[in-house]
Amino acid sequence: MTMETLERVLAEHPFFKGLERPYIQLLAECASRVRFDAGEVIFREGEPANLFYLIRRGKVAVETFAPNRGPIIIQTLGEGQVLGWSWLIEPYRRRFDARAVQLTRAIVLDGECLRGTCEEDHHFGYQLMKRVAHLMDQRLQATRLQLLDVYDGVRS
Amino acid sequence: MTAFALERQARMTGLSDPMVPSPFRVQRVRRETYDTFTLELEPANGADGFPFAAGQFNMLYMFGVGEVPISISGDPTKPQTLVHTVRAVGTATQAICKLKRGDVLGVRGPFGNHWPVKEAAGSDVVIVAGGIGLAPLRPVIYYLLSNREKYGRLALVYGARTLQDLLYKPELEKWRGQFDLEVEVTVDTAATSYRGNVGVVTTLIPGVHFDPLHTLAMVCGPEVMMRFTLRELEARDVRPESIFMSMERNMKCAIGSCGHCQFGPNFVCKDGPVFRYDQIEAFFAKREV
Repeated sequence: MTMETLERVLAEHPFFKGLERPYIQLLAECASRVRFDAGEVIFREGEPANLFYLIRRGKVAVETFAPNRGPIIIQTLGEGQVLGWSWLIEPYRRRFDARAVQLTRAIVLDGECLRGTCEEDHHFGYQLMKRVAHLMDQRLQATRLQLLDVYDGVRS
Repeated sequence: MTAFALERQARMTGLSDPMVPSPFRVQRVRRETYDTFTLELEPANGADGFPFAAGQFNMLYMFGVGEVPISISGDPTKPQTLVHTVRAVGTATQAICKLKRGDVLGVRGPFGNHWPVKEAAGSDVVIVAGGIGLAPLRPVIYYLLSNREKYGRLALVYGARTLQDLLYKPELEKWRGQFDLEVEVTVDTAATSYRGNVGVVTTLIPGVHFDPLHTLAMVCGPEVMMRFTLRELEARDVRPESIFMSMERNMKCAIGSCGHCQFGPNFVCKDGPVFRYDQIEAFFAKREV
C-alpha cells in the first residue's frame, strides 16, 4: 500500500472523519498495514500500549480471564472499528487481551509516536482525544447495557 | 372449566365471544433453550386453522392455573398450525412449558395489531430483536422471505445473553446461508472458543447495510434494549415514523376493556402491541407510563 493509498484509507475511516489533511499525512507516516491469522494474539493484558489498530477486514475478540469462569470474550470488534485506546491514556498499559477470531487485516498506528506529536501540537492532540473520548463513550454505553442483563425475565 | 366443557361451549357459540377460549391440542413441543419451548397447536374442535397477522398475540389459558398473553411465532402463510414460543418465567408459563403432545389448552385470539409488512414493500427492512423478542418477529421474517421480491435489503440483527439463549438456531443458520438476508447475531458474553459476535445488540446496528431514507425498522425486545436501539437507528438517520416497536404491558382481557395494559392514551392489547415510534415518542421513555 503506497503512502497515498494509506492516506486515503485513513481519511475515509470514520474514526478520522473530518481531520485536516496535514494531520492525515502525519498519521500516515506513523501507520502501516498488518495482518493477523485466526487465533493469533494481538496483545496481552499488562503489556505496554504503544499501538492501536483500525480493523479493515476480519474480527478481533477482546478477552479477559475471570476466576472460576476461565477466559471469556467481552466484546468483538469488526470491520471499521478501532482496537485499543490505552496508548493515549496513562499508564499506557493494555487492560485486556486481544486475539484475532478470523483472518484480520488492519492498519496499525504508532501511538507512542503520536503521543509525542499530541504534546507538541495541542490542536492535533485535542482532535485525537475527542475521537478517543467518543469511542470510550460508545464502549461505556455498551458495557452499561451489557451489565443490565436486559434479557432476563422478559415476555414471550 | 374442563377442556371438554370448553370444547362444547366453543361449538355452541361458534367462537364469537372473544372472552371464551377455544381448545387447542398440542401437536409438537420443541425445546429452544433451557427455559423456552415452542409449541405447535391445532384446533381441538375441528376448526380450520388459525389465520393471523405477523405481530398479533393470543391469550393462552392453562386450565386451573392462569392465562397469559403470548405472541404468535409461526408462519402467517401457514395458518394450519398455531405456533407459540413460551419462556417459563411464571406459574402459567411454567405449566404451559410442561405440556406434552396431546394435551389441551385454551386459546383466545388473535388480538392486537400487526407489524407493517405490507407498508414496508419497496423499502429496506431492518429487524432488531433482543432475547425472546425474536418470537413476535419471526412471522415477519417468514412473510418477508415468502414475498422477497417486494423488498429491498433485509437485515436481521439479533442479540441474546449467551449462545445457549439463542432461539431458533437451525433457522438462524438457514437464514444466514441465504444471499438475500443479512443476519447479524451477537451474545452478551461467550467463551473464547466462540467465533461469532460478542457485545450488546445495539453495537451491530452501525455496521448493518441499509438505506436510512428508505428503511423501515421493526424492533422487539426488553424496553431498555429498545431504547438504546432507537438511539442507534436515529444515529443512522432512520426517521422516527419509520421505526416500529412491539410494547409489553400487563395484558389481561386482550380486548381493551380492563385497562391493565394502558400505555399513555393507548391500550397495548387493542391499539398495539406494535406502535410507530413517533406516535409514542412523547411518553415512551417516561418512567411512570
